[in-house]
This record gives sequence, C-alpha cells and structure tokens, in this order.
Amino acid sequence: MAKFKRKGKGGVPEVSTASLPDIVFMLLFFFMVSTVMRETTLMIDQTLPGATEVKKMERKSLVSYINIGKPKSTLQSKYGTEPRIQLNDAFAKVHEIRDYVTAEREKMDEKERPLMTVSLKVDDKTKMGIVVDVKQELRKASALKINYSTRKVETIE
Amino acid sequence: MSKRTSGQFSAASMADIAFLLLIFFLVATTMDIDTGLSRQLSPYDPDQEENDDKIKERNVYVVLINSNDQLLVEGRSMDIRRLSEKAKEFLVNPENKDNLPEKTPKEIPFFGEVMVSKGIISLQNDRGTSYGMYIKVQNELIAAYNEVREDVSMQKFGKHYEDLPKDKQDAVKVYIPQFLSEAEPRNIGGN
Repeated sequence: MAKFKRKGKGGVPEVSTASLPDIVFMLLFFFMVSTVMRETTLMIDQTLPGATEVKKMERKSLVSYINIGKPKSTLQSKYGTEPRIQLNDAFAKVHEIRDYVTAEREKMDEKERPLMTVSLKVDDKTKMGIVVDVKQELRKASALKINYSTRKVETIE
Repeated sequence: MSKRTSGQFSAASMADIAFLLLIFFLVATTMDIDTGLSRQLSPYDPDQEENDDKIKERNVYVVLINSNDQLLVEGRSMDIRRLSEKAKEFLVNPENKDNLPEKTPKEIPFFGEVMVSKGIISLQNDRGTSYGMYIKVQNELIAAYNEVREDVSMQKFGKHYEDLPKDKQDAVKVYIPQFLSEAEPRNIGGN
C-alpha cells in the first residue's frame, strides 16, 4: 500500500486567486455582449397592461414595434397630450405605418417575411380609437400577425 | 514604506475592478423578454360585406365593450370576472343546448371523429374603450380557450396542454379552434 504523504507543513494550501479576474472578465464579457441597449428612446409614457395568458415572443429579429401613448411630460409642450404613435425614433402619423411595415419587411430574409410579427406596445390608458386605426393600417399593409405587448401578471386586479 | 520591484504589480485588485464592472452590467441589463397576446388579424378587404348573416346567431358570442369600459355580452351586461367562465360554457356546450353553438363532426388525429364546435367569439369595442380594458377582455377570452384546451388535454392524454408534444397540441388546437374575431369598432354608445 502506498502511503500518501503531505508535503510541507500541515496547513491547507491557499487557493490561487490569480484566475479569478479571468473568470470575472469572462462573465463580464458575456453580459456586455448579451446586453441589448434599447435602440430607440421612448418618447412616450408607457405602462403596458398586465395579462395572465401571455406567451413569449420567440424571435426578436422577426418583430417590429409600434409604440403608442401620451408624449412624455417634457415633450408635451411640443407634441401635446394626445396619444401619439412612435415608430423608431420619431412620432408618426397613422398613414406612415404602411411604409414602416414595408421597410421593416425589406430588412428581413425573404424566407422569414411571412413570419413577421408586429408588436403593439400601447399604454394602458390609451383609447382604442388610435389602436383601431393602427390595426386597420396593418391589415392594409398585410402585416397580420400582431402581438399585444403585455406584462405577465399572476392575477388581474 | 515598502519598495516594490519594478515590473510587478499586484493583480489582486483586478478582480475587484472586474467585479465592479460586472455588477454594473448585471444591474443595467434588462433582459426584457417580450411577452404578449398574439393575435391574427383578418386580411383587409376594401369592400367588406357584412357577412354576419351567413353565420347563425347561436354560433356567435358577441362581446361588446362600450366607451365606459362596460361589458355587454350576448345582450346582457356582465362582470368581467364571469366572462371567462361564461365563454367557456359557450365553447364547450356540454348539453348541446339550442342556443349555444352547433357542432360538426370532424376527423382529427388522436381523437378520431369528434364533434367540433362552430362557435365564434366576436369582440367589438368602441373607439372610446380604454386599451387596458380591451386587453383584459382579450385576456379573459383567451383564458377561456386555454382552459378548454387544458381540459381536453387532461381528459384525453392525462397531461397538461403545455407539456404535450407538438403533434398532440396541434390535434387539440384543431379540436378547439380559436375563432376570436376582432370586429371593426362601432360607436356603440357614449363618447
């Protein structure tokens, strides 16, 4: 039987921390890469409504967003308090949606175009009138897959 | 003071710095997974005819929301908390009542020939309805569909609908089709 001899003195050898920065840097890079900084700055106040039956949206590259809501309080002197539509970085009129959808569709792969989804991010307190107009425009642009963006909640109050 | 030989510096603080950055990114990262209610719009038809009369009245479950966010379901006002339950009753029609939707026989994999409901839920809103309310109602109606599908799945396969393999899920989907029509808004009262 071989005997195991402990080398040196009895104490536990110190764990080398030399590789710790490497590990942490690795994590850091992971988070840096995976962080998606919001591409558009929201110019509207937006509280999404809650729903229980939500589904996750699968592929971000297939999704285009339409934001609707009241302009932020700092912008209200310029744009008023009526709910507005925001596409990318600017407020838009209803009829501009069709061009937006076409442009978004052009960006996609030909194969994936039928899978395009439009996500409507609409503020809770908006009246349906504007949403209906947007939906109508989307139908005209034949972007028929839509998604009402909602927060996931357990129960609705 | 101790002197350090040139060309060496302590790497001990490196970890601290990296941690600091790491924590910053951890906090700043919003993994906003988009969630929502997916719907399919009907194609745009410029000369849209009212084809309501083609569908029998008993097959349509009319849900109206007025500009004061009040519900009118099948001609009667209703509390939103009961909507899901009532919609479920409409979809299943367990006793084959005359005022609830008809059923047609259909051949479906896994189920064989079964009676599929012809029921359609028609959701109409006013331009003055708030979006929050609209989503609540949509949510309740989708909940009704999901519950019915869940029930069928439990009965037939003894498993939750979510856990079923894709082909079985599709079969359940055919058995309980989701016909939820979002009609054009009408001014159904108030401003």
